[in-house]
Amino acid sequence: MAASVVEVQNVSKQYHRDKVEIHVLSNLSLSIPEGGFVALMGPSGSGKTTLLNLIAGIDRPDSGQVIVAGTAVHSLGESQLAKWRTRHIGFIFQFYNLLPVLTAYGNVELPLLLTKLSSKERREHVETALNLVGLGDRMKHYPRQLSGGQEQRVAIARAIVTDPTVIVADEPTGDLDKQSATEILDLLGRLNTEFGKTIVMVTHDPRAAERAKVVRHLDKGELN
Amino acid sequence: MSLFLTYGLRNLFVRKLTTTMTVLGMGLVVFVFAAVLMLAHGLEETLVDTGSPDNAIVVRAAASAETVSIMSRDQAGIARTQPEVALKADGTPVATNELIVMVNLSKRKNGDAGNVIIRGTTPDIFVLRSGIKLTAGRMFTPGTSEIIVGKRAAENFKGCALGEHITSALRDWNVVGVFDAGGTGFDSELWGDVEQIQQVFKRPIYSSVTLRLKDPAQFDALKKRLEADPRMTVDVKRERQFYTEQSQATATFIRVIGLLVSIIFAVGAVIGAMITMYASVSNRTVEIGTLRAIGFSRTRILGVFLIESVWLSILGWVVGVIAASAMSLVTVSTTNWDTFAELAFSFALSSRILIGSLVFSVVMGLVGGFLPAVRASRARIVESLREAA
Repeated sequence: MAASVVEVQNVSKQYHRDKVEIHVLSNLSLSIPEGGFVALMGPSGSGKTTLLNLIAGIDRPDSGQVIVAGTAVHSLGESQLAKWRTRHIGFIFQFYNLLPVLTAYGNVELPLLLTKLSSKERREHVETALNLVGLGDRMKHYPRQLSGGQEQRVAIARAIVTDPTVIVADEPTGDLDKQSATEILDLLGRLNTEFGKTIVMVTHDPRAAERAKVVRHLDKGELN
Repeated sequence: MSLFLTYGLRNLFVRKLTTTMTVLGMGLVVFVFAAVLMLAHGLEETLVDTGSPDNAIVVRAAASAETVSIMSRDQAGIARTQPEVALKADGTPVATNELIVMVNLSKRKNGDAGNVIIRGTTPDIFVLRSGIKLTAGRMFTPGTSEIIVGKRAAENFKGCALGEHITSALRDWNVVGVFDAGGTGFDSELWGDVEQIQQVFKRPIYSSVTLRLKDPAQFDALKKRLEADPRMTVDVKRERQFYTEQSQATATFIRVIGLLVSIIFAVGAVIGAMITMYASVSNRTVEIGTLRAIGFSRTRILGVFLIESVWLSILGWVVGVIAASAMSLVTVSTTNWDTFAELAFSFALSSRILIGSLVFSVVMGLVGGFLPAVRASRARIVESLREAA
């Protein structure tokens, strides 16, 4: 059995809204092996995105431990965490979150600007990533010149360009038509099977969840 | 160009209206700032160029201008016969004894009165100041009531054009020539025969003696001897330094008032830039969250927004400097507070003013952009990303 790349141990998280305490996650544990593809499902407010955010190191647990790629993410300082995310996490968002003033090339290059790669090396990485998602001929296009499916593919290229340890995807097909959603899921499947990428995906869509190797359901902050 | 630089610039073009308004606001401040410095620089340049590096001027001790200097005929004679003074082919010194008197003339533009210098001099003035050329008419004839006038005086004052005449000290002075002194202070003067001026204005003295040095390096020796001479009680200065000092009071006044006005304007421009940048930060909450998520540190986000703000200020600088450079075509005429005489001069742009106004503009951009950039850098990633939903 492959070693765990994501270890979430006894994690709890609560928010305060208008003096009301909301328990989002309660003493939750999860283990994801290297090369795993986990789909997190559950009703709105069940804590799926919060769990994803904790794994991605953009939120911190109130208690418990989050260990990703051997690093105790919850104990890192703000700037260490930023560097860690660049190295280990690739993000895919529901609404793509591309920067509208940059071309597809510019958007994919962004995470590489935080590395020590030379301009030539960055170009090679960006071209490889965009070719992989089938958009090698759209490098100079701006997001407004692309379809939703193409935008999401650019976002996937941006997520994989640094060769991260884990790809986190928050409703990656939530804003797409059926055809585009299928293409995106095929692409994620390839990344997992051909390239061995570990993927954690939040989704409401059962067809998307079917592509995952493991489906976990969250309800009221607990995993079933 | 670095992606960060183009990113900041392109974001400004996304919000064309607010960017344009802010750039115009900053441009206006840069225009005022640069124009004021150009005005002061134009005044200094005019007076500095009035002096020649080869000439020395002798005035009464502590006299800051020729208008307040008195020298006797004996003192003038001693000054012009010093061994450092250059000689003409006939063995006479290249020197002029000059008398400055002030007359009140009406301006062509609005009829307002202005003080104008009449310089009593000799035909040798054209030898001493070889850059000055007669452009129309002829030289005045010594012993007559003829005068020649600088081109700016001819343009600005009634009775000063070629063929016209002015009346002063109960005498009509006929304009027989117009000279071009290359935009220097002499262009605002009227010149006549010094002996005539002394008699008509009843002032049997000189204001100054201007000398051509055989060698500019001999200036110190001349100065030391004349200032130590108990018969003289004079100051000896390089001509260029003498006229430069005459620009200081007025130039400093223009600069101080101008900079105060610029700073008051700048407060408005900084607030404008701040509003624009706050709007930019608010509109790009998701972008900020995304950048932070993919690994941009708080410091980098701060830098991204400061760069954008600096772009605003650079665009404002370009607008302001273009507008200000058009002012080079404008000539103003005002009283020089050191001589109390009317002096015409132009706005003059220099590389120092360009750099100074760029620094001023960038500082406005940085100050205006700092708080919004701090706000952007402190945004919480999860909350920022939630805005996309």
